Amino acid sequence: MTKSVAGELAGLKLPIERGCPFAPPTAYERLREQAPINKVRLTSGGEAWWMSGHEEGRAVLADPRFSSDKRKDGFPLFTLDAATLQQLRSQPPLMLGMDGAEHSAARRPVIGEFTVRRLAALRPRIQDIVDHFIDDMLAADERPVDLVQTLSLPVPSLVICELLGVPYTDHDFFQSRTTMMVRRTSLEDRQRAFAELRAYIDDLVTRKESEPGDDLFSRQIARQRQKGTLDHAGLVSLAFLLLTAGHETTANMISLGVVGLLSHPEQLALVKADPGRTPMAVEELLRYFAIADGVTSRVATEDVKIGGVSIKAGEGVIVSTLSANWDPAAFKDPAELDVERGARHHIAFGFGPHQCLGQNLARMELQIVFDTLFRRIPTLRLAAPAEDLPFKTDAVIYGVHELPVTW
Amino acid sequence: MMRIKADSDLCVGSGQCVLTEPAVFDQGDDGIVALLTDHPDDQSAAQARHAVTLCPSRALSILQE
Repeated sequence: MTKSVAGELAGLKLPIERGCPFAPPTAYERLREQAPINKVRLTSGGEAWWMSGHEEGRAVLADPRFSSDKRKDGFPLFTLDAATLQQLRSQPPLMLGMDGAEHSAARRPVIGEFTVRRLAALRPRIQDIVDHFIDDMLAADERPVDLVQTLSLPVPSLVICELLGVPYTDHDFFQSRTTMMVRRTSLEDRQRAFAELRAYIDDLVTRKESEPGDDLFSRQIARQRQKGTLDHAGLVSLAFLLLTAGHETTANMISLGVVGLLSHPEQLALVKADPGRTPMAVEELLRYFAIADGVTSRVATEDVKIGGVSIKAGEGVIVSTLSANWDPAAFKDPAELDVERGARHHIAFGFGPHQCLGQNLARMELQIVFDTLFRRIPTLRLAAPAEDLPFKTDAVIYGVHELPVTW
Repeated sequence: MMRIKADSDLCVGSGQCVLTEPAVFDQGDDGIVALLTDHPDDQSAAQARHAVTLCPSRALSILQE
């Protein structure tokens, strides 16, 4: 039986403040104990289905009867004011917001850039990049150092810049805009950041159209020219998505992964003893933190029955990837950080056709960073108690604003 | 004996299958799944089955065991 809990979570607002920075909000557990699917009321008005269960969440995300188009009526938006809606409807859709054939047409030309084999060829260069920033860290005159600024952010930023052909000298510019866009700052600030970043990327794509290099965007341009379908606006949207999604997320996982491992020394010891365990440790950290909780929301386009619950056309669905990743039906003792768990079936990267395009690049960066960092600085430790770190409770993507470490 | 089917129309190139059982699954240059064999041997069967459950777009299926 599904009980409606509208009222209990009245004013649901993502991200919900966590009690403990390492665990989902306690409200998540309460909801899951009642049912894997509940109805909740949103601060923005209206109601949506809240998917707590792993199986149910995966079922929704893999089902084409649920739309990713935020512009559709009933899509569970967390800031449903007129200005935001108008802004949303005036923008060309990113791949994230497309459905079916349109989504497939946008994604297919790019997936060849992210095959397991192509990414493996990038490994030595990513190793060089990680070593370079750790060299700088070790050469620092003062300690503690902020790992966010010295390693977590520069590594994925430089990697995505090289892959996309974006000048790394511009990283301060696009990082600050991306940060502002995912923080819950004022609408004006977010709009300005968005407009500035979009203008920058538009200019970059224009330059690549006339002076191609050896990079992902230049290859996309060449490919479209060959087919006689050069789509400038589509390229700008793609570039916008890859650049913004490609560094902030991985940076947050690097920082949180280090906090998670340093706070669980017995788990860190297992990883240090055998780097063969690192890939599995990365999966467990991805499961445990599920930093993009709530990004995977949908709206039903027809009546659907999921897990015995009837969801009607036009009703919004919030798949909580964090709740799914802590579902005891899918992960035994989910509150335990267990690097040997075998957590590959987590949905931190989402599920279904929208599953993160860059997931294997992120995996590789995380593996290389953790292996290299703890090998080269084996005495690395937090310079502040983990619970006192400035966790990003004010952003759509979870992380830490600063991470003081010493050795 | 286990028989695997891969639907290239459904594939979204996540590469989860290749990461899970590279003896059975591969990706073309276009990122789309390519089966190295559709009859995984006993050594690969368990991992191939795991890959089917991980496929985000349900492009993989087990036809017979």
